[in-house]
Amino acid sequence: MINMLKNRIIKGVVAEPLKEDLEIEKLGAELKSLIHKKFGRSFYIREVDTSSCNACESEIIAATNPIYDIHRFGVSFVASPRHADGLLVTGPVSRNMRVALKKTYEAMPDPKFVITCGDCALDGGVFKDSYYVENGVKNVLPVNAHIPGCPPNPAAIIKAILVFLKK
Amino acid sequence: MDEAYIYVKPENFKKACLYFHEKLNSPVVMMFACDERRKNKCFRIYCVFMGIKYKKWVFVAMDTAEPAPGFESIAKDIYSAGLFEREIKEMFGILPEGNPDLRSLRLHDEVWPEGYYPLRKDFNVPESSGAENKEYVFNKVEGEGVFEVPVGPVHAGIIPPGHFRFSVAGEPVIHLEARLGWTHRGVEKLFEGKDVDSGARFSECVAGDSAFANSNAFCHAVEKICRIDAPEKAMFLRAMFLELERMYNHLSGIGGIAIDVGFSFPAMYASVMKETLLRLNEKLTGSRYLKGVNIIGGVSLDLTVWKKKALLKALEAMEKDFKELKKMLYSSVSFMDRLDGTGVLKKKTAEDLGVLGLAARASGIEKDLRKDFPGIYGKIKFNAAKGHSGDVMARLNIRLSEFEESMNLVKQFVDKIAAGNVDFQNKIEFTCGAGLGYVEAWRGPLLYWIKLNKSGVIERCKIVDPSFHNWEGLCYSALGNIIPDFPVCNKSFDLSYSGNDL
Repeated sequence: MINMLKNRIIKGVVAEPLKEDLEIEKLGAELKSLIHKKFGRSFYIREVDTSSCNACESEIIAATNPIYDIHRFGVSFVASPRHADGLLVTGPVSRNMRVALKKTYEAMPDPKFVITCGDCALDGGVFKDSYYVENGVKNVLPVNAHIPGCPPNPAAIIKAILVFLKK
Repeated sequence: MDEAYIYVKPENFKKACLYFHEKLNSPVVMMFACDERRKNKCFRIYCVFMGIKYKKWVFVAMDTAEPAPGFESIAKDIYSAGLFEREIKEMFGILPEGNPDLRSLRLHDEVWPEGYYPLRKDFNVPESSGAENKEYVFNKVEGEGVFEVPVGPVHAGIIPPGHFRFSVAGEPVIHLEARLGWTHRGVEKLFEGKDVDSGARFSECVAGDSAFANSNAFCHAVEKICRIDAPEKAMFLRAMFLELERMYNHLSGIGGIAIDVGFSFPAMYASVMKETLLRLNEKLTGSRYLKGVNIIGGVSLDLTVWKKKALLKALEAMEKDFKELKKMLYSSVSFMDRLDGTGVLKKKTAEDLGVLGLAARASGIEKDLRKDFPGIYGKIKFNAAKGHSGDVMARLNIRLSEFEESMNLVKQFVDKIAAGNVDFQNKIEFTCGAGLGYVEAWRGPLLYWIKLNKSGVIERCKIVDPSFHNWEGLCYSALGNIIPDFPVCNKSFDLSYSGNDL
């Protein structure tokens, strides 16, 4: 315990303002109040991997680490689609995952949004036209926004989510 | 060359496999088919063993022709061949006669019609999807008070999809079966017809968390076929990046184990360290996941003076942080108590299942490609991690000591890197042929068997990720534990879904 306290004090706050874009911070502050109004305190996201290579997941997890700390903007990831306002989808959608993805979407309460993350979620990317993929999420669900990159870095993910929410 | 091919008649195939299995004390590390009907009018089947003592990979091969291609199953005698045989059956329609389990692995019956075999050369994509009313049959445990708990494919966390079927009597799990294949994308088919350069880039998308290991194994295979000698400097750089990849993944695993038992401070501490390493990767290569570094015949970039400085400085800071992390974990009694004796995989079970890599080392199987087929690792001092108890604790200890060893290795590699070329300077001349590329990725041995034609186009690419061997091990280790301990067992193995499903 003492160890942890010591480390906590030495390390201090590691969350850093996103260097690339100071406007994100501004956007974030603005949005916090917006989310508060629109969604009642927080915007909840359910993440579904529809056969991505796992790099996107790694970056989404990185967006929740203390350095990027997406929670400070009032955005969090939840375990159940029943609690979710938005669906964050990665991967080109394999045949096997098609039904599971649809069911997850149907389990969400209205109003609901779909955001795709990573190049292969857009149109299949490097897996395009394989015998087992559906060439992107748009062929299965209505998509509201897309985050490009292979994989997109955490700052880009946070920015894209915030920009989308502003709309 | 370190590959030995032994062609046998179909009736001797089983006998030969059993002989090498026993003689080399090796599980089936790879088994696959290759469609050669255009040239030889037959399918060729390979079964690969690892001969550590002789420093050879032994390929036992046989031919089988249409109209009813098949071979005598060896799964009843060598358990580790079972999954490979199921794979051959569904991808090629070649029947392993006598295999007791022929359920599909990746092409789920619900969405895939019968009679379509994707890896045959004359395959056409089916118009229809499979029969919707068809259902996968799980192994069932019946009796009073036994009930089933299905979990997945979509899980609660930010992780890839997989389905787990627990059978429990009271609290303890008495049977666990994993149904995978949800992230199947047809990777092996997509490799076919690609040239080697785009193949190297594509291999980085097979499993995102071992992108570097994948491209490294791919390049190794191609270089072996075309007899390219990558310069020594490039080999050192590759090994260095491989260790960096191991380091960030071990940190994410160590943090994951902590968070799965509800110990969040060290988990967050580890995630900050992981982020530091990813940023270091970006600084060194321009990519957080080390993509675009490996090219055929070497690496695409050099370690400049300022990069070297940044790397050493980061390592120093990392060492300090790591000591703190270790202290935090080891000084919490309740944390240690939770891991000790949880998810035990005994050595004998692990050997029989053919478990390899990190999980095997924790159970006392001392196999590590860096030591057994050293290559460039022979030029530096390397101590393989050892464990014996096979529980979550042992796997955590292995990861902690491998992390330390990796820091050590990176320093040694940096010292060895001298001035010189980082890639093959001559024009690459393609030859027709096949070869095995291998590398000890952070999970265990990652194998690529590639067949090229004379213009350098890939004809067949077989990938075996260590996860393919180890999922069975996870299912066994969970027995006797309670379901809430499954996440921490799972995280201690830390297996890849996308690498397994391809």
